[in-house]
Amino acid sequence: MVAKTTIVRFATACLFVCCFLFSGANLFAQRDAVPTDEAIIKAGAGLFEEYQCNTCHTVDRKLVGPALGGVYDRRELEWIYSWVKNSGLMIENGDQQAVALFNEFNKVPMAPYDLDNDQILSILAYVRNVEENPVEVVVDPAGGGDGAVAQEGGVPAQYLNVMVGVLVFVLLVILIVLGLIISVLRRIAADKKDLDEDDEDVINEKFSLSAFVKSPTVIGIITFLVIVLAAKNVIDGLYTVGVQQGYAPEQPIAFSHKLHAGDYEIACQYCHTGVEIGKSANIPSVNICMNCHNFLKTDSPEIQKLYAAQESGQPIEWVRIHNLPDLAYFNHSQHVKVGEIECQTCHGEIQEMEVVKQHAPLTMGWCIDCHRNTDINSQGNGYYDKLVELHNKSSNTPMKVADIGGLECAKCHY
Amino acid sequence: MKENQKTYWKGIEQLTNDSEFVKKNEGEFPEYLPVSDQDGNSNRRDFLKLMGFGIAAASLAACEAPVRKAIPYLNKPVDVDPSVPNYYASTYVNGGDAVSIVVKTREGRPIKVEGNKYSSIGQGGTNAQVEASVLSLYDKERLAGPSKDGAEADWETVDREITAQLNDIASKGGQIRIVSQSVLSPTTKRAVGEFAAKFPTTQHVTYDAASAYGISEAHRRSFGEAMIPSYDFSKAHTIVSVGADFLGTWISPIEFTKQYSKTRKINDHHREMSRHYQFESNLSLTGSNADYRTPIKPSQVGPLVVAMYNGIAAKAGQATVSGGAAVDHATEAINELWANRGKSLVVCGSNDPMVQVLINGINSMLGNYGTTLDANVPVHYRQGNDQAMSNLVKEMNSGSVSAVIFFNCNPAYDSAEGAALSASISKVGLTVSTSDRMDETASVVKYVAPDHHYLEQWNDAELREGHYSLVQPTISPIFKTRQAPESFLKWAGQDVEYYTYLQNNWRENFFGKQTDTSSFQTFWDKALYDGVFETGGSNRSLSLDTAAASAAATSIAQNYKVGAGGFELSLYQKIGLGDGSQANNPWLQEMSDPITKATWDNYLTMSIADANEMGITLKEGETQLVDLTVGGTTVKIPVLVQPGQANGTLGMAVGYGRTKAGRVGDNLGVDAYPMMTKLNGANVMDVFAGVSVTATGESYRIAQTQTHQTYMGRENVIQEATLSEYKEDAGAGRWHPKIYKEGKYIKPSKITLWKGHEYSNHHWAMTIDMNSCTGCSACTVACQAENNIPVVGKEEVLNRREMAWIRIDRYYSAANPAGSKKELENAAENPEVTFQPMMCQHCNNAPCETVCPVAATTHSSEGLNQMTYNRCIGTRYCANNCPYKVRRFNWFKYHDNTQFDMNSSMNNDLGKMVLNPDVTVRARGVMEKCTMCVQRIQAGKLTAKREGRRPVDGEISIACASACPSDAITFGDLNDTNSKISQMLQIEDKKDGEGATERVVNEERAYHVLEEINVNPNIWYMTKIRNKQKTEA
Repeated sequence: MVAKTTIVRFATACLFVCCFLFSGANLFAQRDAVPTDEAIIKAGAGLFEEYQCNTCHTVDRKLVGPALGGVYDRRELEWIYSWVKNSGLMIENGDQQAVALFNEFNKVPMAPYDLDNDQILSILAYVRNVEENPVEVVVDPAGGGDGAVAQEGGVPAQYLNVMVGVLVFVLLVILIVLGLIISVLRRIAADKKDLDEDDEDVINEKFSLSAFVKSPTVIGIITFLVIVLAAKNVIDGLYTVGVQQGYAPEQPIAFSHKLHAGDYEIACQYCHTGVEIGKSANIPSVNICMNCHNFLKTDSPEIQKLYAAQESGQPIEWVRIHNLPDLAYFNHSQHVKVGEIECQTCHGEIQEMEVVKQHAPLTMGWCIDCHRNTDINSQGNGYYDKLVELHNKSSNTPMKVADIGGLECAKCHY
Repeated sequence: MKENQKTYWKGIEQLTNDSEFVKKNEGEFPEYLPVSDQDGNSNRRDFLKLMGFGIAAASLAACEAPVRKAIPYLNKPVDVDPSVPNYYASTYVNGGDAVSIVVKTREGRPIKVEGNKYSSIGQGGTNAQVEASVLSLYDKERLAGPSKDGAEADWETVDREITAQLNDIASKGGQIRIVSQSVLSPTTKRAVGEFAAKFPTTQHVTYDAASAYGISEAHRRSFGEAMIPSYDFSKAHTIVSVGADFLGTWISPIEFTKQYSKTRKINDHHREMSRHYQFESNLSLTGSNADYRTPIKPSQVGPLVVAMYNGIAAKAGQATVSGGAAVDHATEAINELWANRGKSLVVCGSNDPMVQVLINGINSMLGNYGTTLDANVPVHYRQGNDQAMSNLVKEMNSGSVSAVIFFNCNPAYDSAEGAALSASISKVGLTVSTSDRMDETASVVKYVAPDHHYLEQWNDAELREGHYSLVQPTISPIFKTRQAPESFLKWAGQDVEYYTYLQNNWRENFFGKQTDTSSFQTFWDKALYDGVFETGGSNRSLSLDTAAASAAATSIAQNYKVGAGGFELSLYQKIGLGDGSQANNPWLQEMSDPITKATWDNYLTMSIADANEMGITLKEGETQLVDLTVGGTTVKIPVLVQPGQANGTLGMAVGYGRTKAGRVGDNLGVDAYPMMTKLNGANVMDVFAGVSVTATGESYRIAQTQTHQTYMGRENVIQEATLSEYKEDAGAGRWHPKIYKEGKYIKPSKITLWKGHEYSNHHWAMTIDMNSCTGCSACTVACQAENNIPVVGKEEVLNRREMAWIRIDRYYSAANPAGSKKELENAAENPEVTFQPMMCQHCNNAPCETVCPVAATTHSSEGLNQMTYNRCIGTRYCANNCPYKVRRFNWFKYHDNTQFDMNSSMNNDLGKMVLNPDVTVRARGVMEKCTMCVQRIQAGKLTAKREGRRPVDGEISIACASACPSDAITFGDLNDTNSKISQMLQIEDKKDGEGATERVVNEERAYHVLEEINVNPNIWYMTKIRNKQKTEA
């Protein structure tokens, strides 16, 4: 999802870790104590996600907290257990390693977690697994996933250009050929002796540019072309009225999705809490920002704005980018939770954006196209079982949103 | 099947086939309607100017989209997620009424009120006033804070001054009075008690705008304890009501409607229903649901009750009393009551304690105490003491009261002593009101310490003995108001937060009444979650004092002089406005009265015979003003000719004529409270003598919605039968149209132009049981709240442009013909009434869909007829082609438009907070209609999808169905064979492979309105069954 192009960094990190390992600083070497059993790794992965460890930690890089890869080489397991359970207590008790770590990471405390030793070990197992078997990340430039969406309808732009070029070329060739034919014919006619007056006129006629320009045919053609072009422009212009594709207004705080979602791989749902439960995805409230920024980058003028908001009690007024008209009802949870559509499908490569811009046109045609082309995410959802069964009786293609009424007016307008 | 031979009519105009009426109804829209208020002064140039400006403005506006802000919470509350509704159990409290409810909130704003199914009293039902109360919260005319001498003040000043004066008064032994309507909250009572302990000269005087003092006083006389027992209509086979509108306004109408409707449900397995006799003057909601209704004069009530007492006493072998005069159906009623003794119930709306003593005697002889009447669980509604209130006014007038606090009441307006009280208020040293607005009382007192709205406060209510319901806030207080009991405690020197006080009271007094848990927190959380905590009443042994009956009979003989001549006046509460406390609520003002179909007004109801005599006619709301003189006071009021009104009687609703309710509710109609009279110490709503009416000749228009949508003479819209006919044939009363084709008569559904629809996912449908529908109109207000339906005001209702998506069609019928004027009088003397809720029928072969030139109305794959506002260009073809006339056109922009100020839910920032964010506020020039609450369907489906399952039947409910206190409306999915609706209709799928879904409905009572045109609706109606003798059908 977010991490698509981190393979290079990943490899570097692994290299670094390997160097570290081979440099002989094998202080504790409890790596072997960390299990490699698949079930345990899976459990650990679950816990890693459930407790949102990734908010502060990654395996390979420093984030809010240290990189977790190789932690079992650096510390004793017992130490890790007590640290995770209550790091504050250790610092208070003056554990040297703990105090050093605390100071190293800007005195950001790690919250105590209600985990038992086995659970912590399973998380370590997961970390070890990730560390030792970096996953080959498949780079998918289309940004699709299961719910792959086709490109927008119509003929692709590059084909259109080629076709126009070919057409112009053919027309030019025809023009040249016609000119050649005329000159040849004239020459043949001039060679003949018994010409009547009319023919004489034709042959002796001099090409006059002004007469040509003033001829009703030319004026007519030009007028027609101007009208057609103007009409096309007007119609195209009208179609873009209210369409704000590419809209990237300046925000009151220069928040970078690239940094948060891209580099630090913070899950979208961490901040956009409503995305799986309701209509709106929710712009995070300041208290969510403060989860990290109570401690992180506190001197940044942008972060200072958060503190100012907290103090004055005035919420931050973000500029709304995606303005769906009031007459259309859109529900995030239907698409993200039920349909499991990637955020990027509609919002673009958000993890690459320093400043968020509107990726999709948000026109009805765009909605409808997607509803026509998207397969229903029916796997394991009891709501769709009977519908899929019915659909498969009469069709060989997978069930699309449009097949179960996804194009009906009252699905979005009421 | 036999065809129905009755004559049905919706109003006098239709019955008389008035030529003007016929002409007007030939067109969908009347011709005279003005669209511009400039009276045609605009010309071509103006048009061009406007057009030029319009185009320029539109293109300019379109160039640059305005910058819109997205403002998240600063600190998001844990349990509030934008766009996700939260539901809280609470209690509706208004005056002496309380109903357990569930409040839906969005982003911390309450937007909809529904009934709480956990309450054994309300059982999930609501009424129009409860549904509308959420708009009263956002009334901008509420006081923004305390005031002194009509000017804004701060709490500190007000508290300091009031406390000082109270202490001063108490030290001098001056009398202090707290005046309120019935207080249902035990914790508030405790706070008042502590106030009284601090200031020992305090007395708490309660009164009720709709007094039931007669009943509690009668119980004191009959049984020695002043109380009102709880009633259980569900156990009654025979129900006799003498003037009690128990389905509409009497004591606890939601509860009674729930109970009553249980006795009116019939199906193949249960073919019995209760029989209901009603004796009354005005045609009430209850009377219109009765099987037998006899119009009587108010002065006949006493003698009739005596006659019934004697009838029962004779059968029971007990002593009879003197006097009595029976009326039609009285003998049958007596016989049936006796036959069903122990399974019957006699109720009376009279507030005369003497009449109620006899009613107690009748119920006691019938053995109803312990079955349909429970004296062990007295209700706590209507505990007002009329005599105490009279005494108070006398005391105030004599100057012996030093301080009076009006606690959430408005006696200057809604008590029988209103005028006297207002006059004597200047003789009281300290006057305080806790009203939420500068009402008639608050504007004459010195200090106003406004209370929270019920949706903003913590509190409790004891609806019946041992039946508690918690009030929890669903929004933080909008204004600088403070909870009244907290004010009392503050003035008494206790600085305590009311929430803590409430919890402590529950810990001390109610926690011990249960054994489920030993943790108070668990108990409290559960009670708060459920909203209710019910323990039950306490045993009483009652013994009837038979001597009371003969004393009562003597009193009745003196007071009830039948045939005194002249008009008699019977005051009543309207279903919508009730006692008038919510007069500033436009939803209630515009709610069409179930019987008269009038909005925004009160009027004098008069029988057609009396009206003919006075030369008054009612035509399309056009009527005359008359001078009504009662006890020497004359008011000017329009007359509404009302079928079923007892000859020689007049009806008039209280709750109107407010002068200080607010901009919406002021100066509508005439105040009837001053016309109340006293009888045996109780306030009675009947005036036996001294009533006269003189015509003024001035014309007046009452905004009725009545004859707007006629069926153009297409009958068989109402299909009905009697119970005995039904028992013989479940399809009795059904009309099966046949179409002639190629030599044979076939069903209309066999000839069709349409291909039908295939419903593979859901097939939403609705049934409406006309036998249970009481016409109470809770659904119409619920629909208004749920779907952001605008209020259009009296003028626009007169122009036939009301916007209600669901209306209750009320049909009168009579077996006798109605040709000549005399015959008409007979037919209208006492007609039968049928209520038919009518909304978009979601036709499978929808005529509207076919004619829309822009495909703005289309059919969904789930059976819904969809209306797409953004596509609609306003041709109104669809409305023209709709056989049910349920489509509504937005003639104006009703939001953000000062001309529609009364539409307060869309015209000020505060009012707009009530709007449902999931439903579009429609623009001018588009059509709208019932969507079958598609937003609720979509939300329900989405929840199911998120949880990876199919929706469970009952999980998705629509606004009208969930509001209905009689469970007449059932909504569900016909594709779900186990759904209630599939079971009810006994659906049988006839689906041969591919193609349109065809449903076979085996329930014989179910029918489609206008089946002959084969539009094939998804709404089924169930025949009305009357429990009458066959011969009288």
